[in-house]
Amino acid sequence: MNRMFAIVEREMRKFFRSPMLMIMSLMMPILQLLIMGNAFGGKITGERVAVVDYDHGPQAVKLREAFDSIAVNIKTFSTVEYSNEVQAREDVRTGKINAAIIIPKQYSRRVYAQNRPVVGLVVDDTDQFSSGSIEAEMQSVISTLNAPVLQPRMATQIALEIVELYPYVNYLKFLLPACCAMAMYISVMIGGGMLYIDDKARGVHEGYLVTPITKLELVFGINTAAAIKAVLAGISLTVIGSLLAGLGVIFHPMADLELLALIIVTAIAFNGMMFLLMVRVEDPLTPRAMFGVLNLLLFYPSGAMYPIAAFPAWLRALSVIDPFTYCVDGFKSILLKDGGFVSIQFDLLFLFVFGIGTLLIATPLFKRTL
Amino acid sequence: MSTLVQNAPPAIEVSHIVKRYGDFEAVKGISFSVADGEIFGLLGPNGAGKSTLIRMMTTLIPLTAGTAIIAGHNVAKEANAVRRMIGVIPQALTSDPDLTVEENLSIYAKLYSVPKAERIHNITEVLKAVDLVKWRGAQVKTLSGGMRRRVEIARGLVHNPRIFFLDEPTTGLDPVSRIAVWEMLSNLRATRKLTILITTHYMDEADKLCDRLAIVDHGNLVALGTPLELKHNVPGANVVEVHFDRETPEWQARLEAMEDVTSVQAESAGYYRVLTSSGSRTTMQLVEMASSLGETITSLSVQNTTLDDVFVHYTGRQLRDEQVKPPVFTLPPRPGMQP
Repeated sequence: MNRMFAIVEREMRKFFRSPMLMIMSLMMPILQLLIMGNAFGGKITGERVAVVDYDHGPQAVKLREAFDSIAVNIKTFSTVEYSNEVQAREDVRTGKINAAIIIPKQYSRRVYAQNRPVVGLVVDDTDQFSSGSIEAEMQSVISTLNAPVLQPRMATQIALEIVELYPYVNYLKFLLPACCAMAMYISVMIGGGMLYIDDKARGVHEGYLVTPITKLELVFGINTAAAIKAVLAGISLTVIGSLLAGLGVIFHPMADLELLALIIVTAIAFNGMMFLLMVRVEDPLTPRAMFGVLNLLLFYPSGAMYPIAAFPAWLRALSVIDPFTYCVDGFKSILLKDGGFVSIQFDLLFLFVFGIGTLLIATPLFKRTL
Repeated sequence: MSTLVQNAPPAIEVSHIVKRYGDFEAVKGISFSVADGEIFGLLGPNGAGKSTLIRMMTTLIPLTAGTAIIAGHNVAKEANAVRRMIGVIPQALTSDPDLTVEENLSIYAKLYSVPKAERIHNITEVLKAVDLVKWRGAQVKTLSGGMRRRVEIARGLVHNPRIFFLDEPTTGLDPVSRIAVWEMLSNLRATRKLTILITTHYMDEADKLCDRLAIVDHGNLVALGTPLELKHNVPGANVVEVHFDRETPEWQARLEAMEDVTSVQAESAGYYRVLTSSGSRTTMQLVEMASSLGETITSLSVQNTTLDDVFVHYTGRQLRDEQVKPPVFTLPPRPGMQP
């Protein structure tokens, strides 16, 4: 047992003496959180929409007043006068403007006559976020205009009342669980996989193998050290990320316990997986080459960025065996929902079984000789 | 120099040891024994099988066939008992550069389960032995190459082993550091009653440091004995090195035909190593021959037989050939050039 702790001591002394691993483990997830969290999920503003008014009647004026109201309030778009529909279409195509509203001749007359009044909207649908946002605003304007001037005293139509269980979750908060998982993955990859192979290549393992240390002591020493580093990375990013995202859940002691349990089993799972992948690798280039591929294979199918429900069947199957899935789900349950132990118990169980299972497979593959 | 323990069982006994990788046989049935307290050298070029041999003896790789008994324990059956008895210094510098000298030693002492009080005492003692006491708290990365090698040696001794294996311990060191390592190993053997097995491809190292030598080539043991015995086995007491300013095809035959000459080796254009039973007579004959032919001798030296000559004698080639011979490269003929 003391020999196992000697391995852990060596690794931890190296880790604290050279803070580069910790910095690298945290830098990418924090930057990802800050850049992607702020870049995505924000409201679209400042789009330019052409208005081609062939009607100039009172209803057309009413419509344009509604557009002006959007321009000064929620600022999704502002309008630009166009006299020619063909020119407006061309400018949407070339990107000078983002959309064009065509108010046809006789529009006001048709509104008063209740005779199928139509307003045209030309959008650039290669950018679905912008076009979707303009379409939604336009739809809302049209719905408002369609609403009867005098509301009946008793509602006659079915209404949907939406109750949101949690406060508004912006994209920064939504991304935080994924970034916590990513920080732990990077720590395991560098502090576990890469260092393990580099030590092998440098002859450090040769030094261990000539001592009376047993195979189990060596395996558990190496893995315990790598798991401790991942736990430290996980805790650091959870705290820093929560503060950046404005989540106060980390100040609840019970939630902290849940987070700690999740971080520990995630470290075991990620590290077990990494050790299994690296146990017979000799070439220091291999873990470096695998870094990106593994990241792609594990991170995106986990539902960290997009809901698993939208995946095709084969990708869903991958997400079922992906430890990232359970780690991200666990972090979401605690950080965003404060769901208690009940909400993470399956995640904890899966990650623990996965970690121990991979370690049990890897241990017999570990060679006590060169 | 020798502090061999008489009538004691051998510290190392290797019998018909074989290592095979698929069809390739890296070590081909080598046998030798090393007496307690002896400094024993394995001499051979890179790729001769020295490191494979030392790795089998130190339990790092399994034996394909044969037996190796280290300090009375069978390597194949009692690997852990062997590991407790030995200290091993691999070829590469593997101490952690970020850790201090003391931390490196302490971690290895813990790997050998040395109790705390003994650990502190041992670290102090080995640091004294390798003259690194004042560098105890320094990070290894701040030390010079020679000092780092001394840290490695200290690390291998921190659990008081009986037998010390060193795989090319002076490779990459400057001449002064190499001599310092030799002196240190000799002192350690005397003060700690160590048996030392060292691999090297440096002739001078083997000559000055080792009580006995085994010359290994292509996985075979080609010669075994003290440096003196091995040199005596080479026909010819002296080596005459002669350099003519002009190379002619007849030189080799003329030199071989000379009285007392036992062998002639062409080193480069006009440069020959001549093994002779009488260095003075051969020198005089060489000068006379060159004068009568109107040739000029640019340099001439006479020396006693060296281990280099021993190696040539047993393997038919020079040790340094393998290390310094440049790759053969032929320029393509230029257009219009005469063949």
